[in-house]
Formats: sequence, structure tokens, C-alpha cells
Amino acid sequence: MSPVSRGFHRRHQDPAETVGRVPPGQYLTKDFPVLSAGPTPRTALDRWSFSVGRVGRQKTWNWAEFRALPSQDVTVDIHCVTKWSKLDTSWQGVSVDTLLDLAGHDGPFAMAHCDGGYTTNVPVADLTSGKAWVAYAYDGQPLEPEHGGPARLLVPHLYFWKSAKWVRSLELRDTNDPGFWENYGYHIYGDPWREQRYAGD
Amino acid sequence: MEAVDGNAIGGLMHEVFGTEMTATASVCGNCGDARPVAELMVYLQAPGTVVRCRTCDSMLMVFVTIHDRTCVDLHGLAVLG
Amino acid sequence: MAGTALRRRLTWQVAKVSAVTAETASVRTITLDVPDWPGHQAGQHLDIRLTDEDGYVAERSYSIASAPGELVAITVERLDDGEVSPYLTDELRAGDDLELRGPIGGYFIWEPEDGGPLLLLAGGSGVVPLRSIVRHRERSGSTVPVRLLYSSRTLDDVIYRAELDQPARGVEVIHALTRHQPPGWTGYARRVDAALLAEVAWPAAEMPVAYVCGPTSFVETVSQALVQSGYPPQRVKTERFGATGGT
Repeated sequence: MSPVSRGFHRRHQDPAETVGRVPPGQYLTKDFPVLSAGPTPRTALDRWSFSVGRVGRQKTWNWAEFRALPSQDVTVDIHCVTKWSKLDTSWQGVSVDTLLDLAGHDGPFAMAHCDGGYTTNVPVADLTSGKAWVAYAYDGQPLEPEHGGPARLLVPHLYFWKSAKWVRSLELRDTNDPGFWENYGYHIYGDPWREQRYAGD
Repeated sequence: MEAVDGNAIGGLMHEVFGTEMTATASVCGNCGDARPVAELMVYLQAPGTVVRCRTCDSMLMVFVTIHDRTCVDLHGLAVLG
Repeated sequence: MAGTALRRRLTWQVAKVSAVTAETASVRTITLDVPDWPGHQAGQHLDIRLTDEDGYVAERSYSIASAPGELVAITVERLDDGEVSPYLTDELRAGDDLELRGPIGGYFIWEPEDGGPLLLLAGGSGVVPLRSIVRHRERSGSTVPVRLLYSSRTLDDVIYRAELDQPARGVEVIHALTRHQPPGWTGYARRVDAALLAEVAWPAAEMPVAYVCGPTSFVETVSQALVQSGYPPQRVKTERFGATGGT
């Protein structure tokens, strides 16, 4: 049992008005921490593409085509598994509903593939009905590379490791295969309100 | 978040391997770059700790600590030790 | 003795803070009373672990500032947006418990038999383990020549300033002040670059050993320049702190 360090508190105590918006075990931050597992990929826009669908049958958009798709401005709360939460973050992006409609979706599960080799899995039911976007702007500005730009997945109702940075495709599958962190023991689903950080939680 | 180097995981690796490892020789399984663990690129603060090759960026080691148990993936290394 | 220290089990233990001393406005040296300290080598570090009342845990690593044989001490720079450093510099006081494990490290260490001449290159708080090396050299009676090139933002940011103003025989301290210099300053007034290094570094032909410590960008610039000037890579030891307040 580690001794309590006298006078040590995590940063940022939560103001009373945020009760109910902060999942268990989380604390609020006003920053936007950058948590990376590698160097920041910097894909040039003229080489960027985004694909949706099953392997071999994907619909692909280049940057110009992607930016021409109908987009939404959304304000959401985000919750990182490393325990920080940030409220009222604003993003602009294309709804995954739009992408799946245009790709002619089928498949109960999706694996997000990203520059840098990172992957994460999300059930398609958690990407539809207005629950997810592929976002290319944050706080009114183009999404910076260190925060996942040119575009990242945004799935705010799950822990933020599922909102994969530098996303390049959503591959539809029949099985809920674990992605990168899920393989090492992070929870296959990741609901912050049930504190599903690790497998078995 | 800039990378640190293998010195920063000296404690973690000592705990996992039972001995000091920062001076241990490593060889990248992708490009063959050889150097002591202390000189590898280390990314802390993600959901886990990722160690990458200084030359080709490929992932050499991943450490994930969950509930006091640490999982170590070394498959990116050709040689450790 | 060194081999034994490296092979023993590394466990967390609780130390007592015996003193907190100001080095600069934002830097403190914390002297510790560690009950089962096995001794350490110059250049090693220890890991600190803080736990709050809700069980939240934060861990950080800090270089040991003292030489082998001296009381264990670490030197911590307060980072304004830091989670741990402001606690260590502003809140911690003598008599408090501090959980730590160490000493750690078998690469970034110097013993007299490693020889010299020694080139020590410090970026900001990267001076901490290098100061341990300088003190160990003196305490051990070694006479290898030392040049310490120490980059800081301003003179007020120089850690261990009084000590470095009166270096031991055979130790030369060269400062680079990158942001602001006092009136009449005749020393280096810019960030360390290859040209500056060429003026300060021991020639490669003298078979020097270099230790570079500081923010990652500082270490990258300096170590690459040394290797380009002919230092064998194995004779350039590096320790990167990540992006700190830096120089």
C-alpha cells in the first residue's frame, strides 16, 4: 500500500456545475493533452485518402472529395482513459452515417486503420445514428497533426483512445477483433460511464 | 509530446526483467539499427509505453501496465541483450 | 560493488525528506534520508511516486544530484503546467515521506576508470546528473580534465551557480545564456550549435567521452554535432528529458 503523499492532489478539481458530466474516475482539464505513441505522422493532403468498407470493396475519397461531403459542427465532451476529461469541445467533420450510406455499408464491426500503424475497433452500431464523425477541424481551425490531423475518428461516447488519430480507413468486418491497445489489455468496448478501461472491467 | 529515451524506462525495465537494461544492446527487427536501449526513442503517457527505433521509427517494444501487471511486447526487436 | 547494485531487486521504498533547498527561483534540491539505500553511481536517477487520497498515482524520474557517498539528493525544476514538479518544489517539506525506487541506470554513468577527457553538455536542468559526475570525479581523486558546457536561459536560471563559479582543479565551466545576458557578459549568448561546440569540445583525437543531458531537441543537436566532428557514437552518452521549459 503506497503511502498518501501529504498535500498532493491531481490537477484541476472539478467545479460543482460539472457533476454528472464527468464519468467516474475522471478529472477535468482545460488543456488538450497530446498523448502519443510515436512520431507525429504528417501526410500531405495531396496524398491523403479515406476509405470505408470491406477489404477489396472500399469506397475511397481524396481530400478534395472528402471536404466536399456534407459536414457537421458538433460540440461534445471527451474522456481519455488516462483519466482526463474535457467538456464542450467543438469539432467539424463528416458524420460516419454519411460515409456508411455512401459506401453502402454492411458489417457489424469496424476496424479503424491509421497512419503510424495504429488501429482500434468499434462496433458499427456505435458509429451510426449521429454518434461518430471523421473530424478535420477542432475549435474552428484545421486539425493539427499532433491532435490527429488531417483527420481523426471522433467517437465521444467511448474512451478517447477509440477516437483514432490520423485515421485513413474504416474497415468493415464480421468479427470484433481487438485493435492495437485492446490487444494489450484495454477494454474491447470502452464505455467511460461504466469505467471500462481494461479487459474484464 | 516529444520523445524521451530509454533512460526514462530504466525503472520499468528493471522491474520487468529483474535487472538493469538501459545499457543492454538492442537490434531493430526492421532495419537492423543497433544501439543500447538507453538510446531508443520512448513515448510515455499514451495508454502504454512505446519504444521505437531511432532510425526507422518502427515499434520495438510496448509496455502496458494494468492493475499492477505489466505486459511486454518485444516482437519488434531482432536482438535484446 | 557496482555489479551488485545493478543486479539487486528494484523495489519502491519510502524515504524521508530531510531538506528542501532553493537553487533558483524555480528549482529546488531535495535531500533525502533513504533507509535502505544501496549506494549509487554518478549519472543515475531515481523514480518518484506520488499518491493522492483518491488513489491517483503519478510517477516521474529525477536525476540524482549528489555524488556517490554523499546524501541522496535530487534537483527538481518547477514546470508551470506540471502535475508533479510544483508539488515537489512548492509543497514538499522536511519530514514528509516520499516514495521512490532507485538507483536506476547502467548506461548514463561515469566512473573514474572510464577516463576522459570528459565533455559534459547540459541543457537547462540536464546539468543535474552531470553535476553528480563532477562531484564524483573530485571526491574520487580523479584528475581527468573536464569541460562542462552549460546552456541556460539567463544567469538567474543557472543551477549550482556558486559551486560552478568555483570549480575544482581541472574542471572548466563554460556557460551559454540563450535568452538574456547580464551587462558586460562576454560569454556565449546563443543556443549551442555546431560552431559553438567546435570551439569548446575536446578534439576527437584526444579520445574524449561526452555526456549530453537536457531537453530532447538540445540532446539531438549536440550529439549529432559531436558525432559529425568525429566523436565515435559509443563515446557520446545521451539522456533526453523530453520537451521541458528548456533553454
